[in-house]
Amino acid sequence: MAHSYTPGLKVSERSRITKRRILPIQGDVLVSEGDMVTHDTVVARTALPGDVYPVNVANMLGISAAEVTRCMLKQVGETIEQGEAIALAKSFFGIFKSTAKAPITGTIESISSVTGQVIVRGAPLPVEVMAYIPGTVTEIFSGEGVALETTGAFVQGIFGVGGEVNGPVRMAVEHHEDILTDSHISEDMKDCIVVGGSMVTAEAIRRARECGVKAIVSGGIEDGDLRDFLGYDIGVAITGHEKLGITLMVTEGFGSIAMSPRTFELLKSRNGQAACVNGATQIRAGVIRPEIIIPATDTQQKDLPPSPKEGAPTRIGDNIRCIREPWFGRIGTVASLPHELQQMESGTWVRVLQVAFDDGSLAIVPRANVERIEDNNL
Amino acid sequence: MVTAPENIGVIVATDCGSTTTKAILIERQPDGSYRQTARGEAPTTVEAPFEDVTMGVRNSIQELAELSGRRLVDDNGHIIRPAEGNEGCDIYISTSSAGGGLQMMVAGVVRTMTAESAARAALGAGAIVMDTIASNDKRLPHQQIERIRHLRPDMILLSGGVDGGTISHVVELAELVSAADPKPRLGKGYKLPVIYAGNKEARDLIRERLAEKTDLFVADNLRPTLEMENLGPARDRIHDLFMEHVMQQAPGYGKLMEITDAPIKPTPGAVGDIIDRVAMAEDIEVLGVDIGGATTDVFSVFKKTFNRTVSANLGMSYSISNVFAEAGIENVQRHIPFAIDDRHVRNAVKNKMIRPTTIPQQLRDLVIEQAMAKEALRLALEQHRAFATTLKGVQQERAIGDAFDQNGHGLSLVNMISLDLLVGSGGVLSHAPRRNQTAMMLLDAFEPKGFTRLAVDSIFMMPHLGVLADIHPAAATQVFERDCLIHLGTCVAPGGKGKPGAPCLHVTGTLPDGSTVDETVNYGELRLLDSAALDPETNISIREYQPQECSLTFAPSKGFNLGAGSGKPVTKTVSDGVVGIMLDCRGRPIRYPEDPGERIAALLRWAAELKAYDMDVLSALSATGGE
Repeated sequence: MAHSYTPGLKVSERSRITKRRILPIQGDVLVSEGDMVTHDTVVARTALPGDVYPVNVANMLGISAAEVTRCMLKQVGETIEQGEAIALAKSFFGIFKSTAKAPITGTIESISSVTGQVIVRGAPLPVEVMAYIPGTVTEIFSGEGVALETTGAFVQGIFGVGGEVNGPVRMAVEHHEDILTDSHISEDMKDCIVVGGSMVTAEAIRRARECGVKAIVSGGIEDGDLRDFLGYDIGVAITGHEKLGITLMVTEGFGSIAMSPRTFELLKSRNGQAACVNGATQIRAGVIRPEIIIPATDTQQKDLPPSPKEGAPTRIGDNIRCIREPWFGRIGTVASLPHELQQMESGTWVRVLQVAFDDGSLAIVPRANVERIEDNNL
Repeated sequence: MVTAPENIGVIVATDCGSTTTKAILIERQPDGSYRQTARGEAPTTVEAPFEDVTMGVRNSIQELAELSGRRLVDDNGHIIRPAEGNEGCDIYISTSSAGGGLQMMVAGVVRTMTAESAARAALGAGAIVMDTIASNDKRLPHQQIERIRHLRPDMILLSGGVDGGTISHVVELAELVSAADPKPRLGKGYKLPVIYAGNKEARDLIRERLAEKTDLFVADNLRPTLEMENLGPARDRIHDLFMEHVMQQAPGYGKLMEITDAPIKPTPGAVGDIIDRVAMAEDIEVLGVDIGGATTDVFSVFKKTFNRTVSANLGMSYSISNVFAEAGIENVQRHIPFAIDDRHVRNAVKNKMIRPTTIPQQLRDLVIEQAMAKEALRLALEQHRAFATTLKGVQQERAIGDAFDQNGHGLSLVNMISLDLLVGSGGVLSHAPRRNQTAMMLLDAFEPKGFTRLAVDSIFMMPHLGVLADIHPAAATQVFERDCLIHLGTCVAPGGKGKPGAPCLHVTGTLPDGSTVDETVNYGELRLLDSAALDPETNISIREYQPQECSLTFAPSKGFNLGAGSGKPVTKTVSDGVVGIMLDCRGRPIRYPEDPGERIAALLRWAAELKAYDMDVLSALSATGGE
């Protein structure tokens, strides 16, 4: 590779944030370009085709598949109510009758004289897409959804669980190295986005959920605590669908790792402001990271600084964060970028950089083990 | 038009992976043999903002050109063909797993018969099987429909019924698919391809049900009789549709297909092809494994039968946490030669998952990752063993209802004692700081028995060679043997159990360097004969070492077996490699002492003997409890 590129998580005081809000299948867009929306505005709506239930009428009535068509009381396209007879068979000169009943309310989709199977489709399932962030509709994707834009603070986390929530930011600890424990959680934090420091304990998460906290943002979490809270071990890193009653977002990683001071100070400066949090994480091609978005208030609406160029090579002087042992979580600046491969204690030969930490000490770190702090305007 | 093999002197091949596109250059040498001479790579450009796979292809070939000094791309970005002087190549070929590879759903009437055959056909074609639907898979029909609706595969392979057998069951499956009205994963406005390869007498009924809603294709029945599988036609159809439909939907693949001189193959399909070809050509039994970030593929040829499995959630980054969940902490800890808190291991695994591109800087982290790799490989082999079986349901004349109960009647084809060659591939194996670590991971995970040659794919070249084999089999085989594989050595492992410390194996003979060996290895121990004495610190970069052969006599103690019978000596020509000849007398399964102190001591002895790690650092770690 011609240059070193170590992308980092975004931590930005003021960004232009764009969100595409798209329906799973074609439907109706309910807003227009230029409209202002709040986080709970429904921007698009559709109806998913209803659930499908096959009914083996031949088996139920004890007749051959070829006889099913003749015995049907309802035909393809007709609507039916749950429990309603859809087919009737008579035997012994009409003395004995048996019926097949509809398992759900819906319509008859098909009748098969080969398998004796009748397919019943349930009522359509309504699906609504909400705005999630307050802002302006900037683009309409006809029949699919919209693009929304807002300006505000934007912080990406490294891992999260739970879906989209909204609420005011509430700092629960004083310092970015503080551990968020249950003693920091109080009932007046209901519906808030609670921010901790280096780690959140299992007891704190439980207490927060009891108190109706919408989300917790912290530097780290013990994997064992996460497993206990979820009730299972996270296997593949696709999250966001969990129904936990609370959304979690960690900014640094697993274990006790102090939240980056920049992140912590930014969130602290927005204490009390409305925020949007999504814990959804996907680590693979098309990476999705959890996020907290804090739309700017009128007084914070200033000209946006130019966005840092994504994908630009790492340069001497760049701010970076170590993302693996032995300096996991430490922040420093790039002091040099040696060209030669160097051997690590593990025996592996890698490209490295020299990092200068805040205390003046220097260390050699694989370039793959640092991430650039993308926004330096804090 | 494909160039005739005799006119092919310079070959460029790429493999478009999810993250990296890897290019290799193969050139005919003055003596007429083919060698791989350069390798380049560039990020894959399937996703936004590029959305054109050919950009990454061109970049990787450009790097190849810079490294080889051969001009391969002209000023307009076209690959120069044919080769003339120091410019261009004669053919350009490619494989692809970008954008998630080929994702399929398969269906069959009986789970262990036609559904399993369908899965085998799809896997053999290089697909990831997202789910296997069967009439007897214990799900209710509406649950099956729900599942089909949500999967969004690239294509469906529908089978069921032997020719002249059940019609209603396979038609019922078609009705479920029709009711689900599944949509393809990629591309809007085109119908999902469905291949029907079941009872030929049900074809018209299947057409009636699926021709309108899907893009239906018919292939020969993949299980025309219970006793016979006929996977070729279905597999070929999958490859055709992969090219014609799936690839056409992925960004830039239309262009890529125009510039390749042979059809693009799914990466795992190409790897399977080369392994199958080598096994057939040399008449040997081969087991190949490719461990990636998300999945682990296992390929095998036993008794001339090829099998492939994909363990979709066993991998070293994206899926590492799932490996941990499936293996359990005790199984991971048993490979770690120092005391370390479970909590620390858990957090280390999760941190690797969320930051998959990081590299273990410390030996402690490397050891943990390699422990995870051993477990991922072990679990993948378990799954492979269960899948690679003789056909189930044969030689039994039963009605279909009875056949539903025939689970587990197939015998696994995987037989470690008859295995000749074990090939490892994938980052954690190919890029281990020492080849000795690769050997250790293969030994501990697969526990080969008898005499087994171990090798590693040096730079993940097998996909390229798999597609080359279709055009120029000789070139593919030569490069496979001489450049692709790095021979690690031969593992000699007697089967059986004994008393720790008691004699297990006596070895006599002359090693390749002329020195003699006459020694006994005790049960529970590992011994390395490395007469080539290559420095493990540098053997990672050795590609030119050609294995040396020697004839040795191996006399197992009573109760141990090397294939000739309990306690029967075997004189055999074995080859060394960059690691050496490994005499593994740790038992099968390997006996890990239960006492933590004894276990750590044993692990340290084995690691020292195999020269797997810098023992000063490892011993220090052990003394400080992993801190």
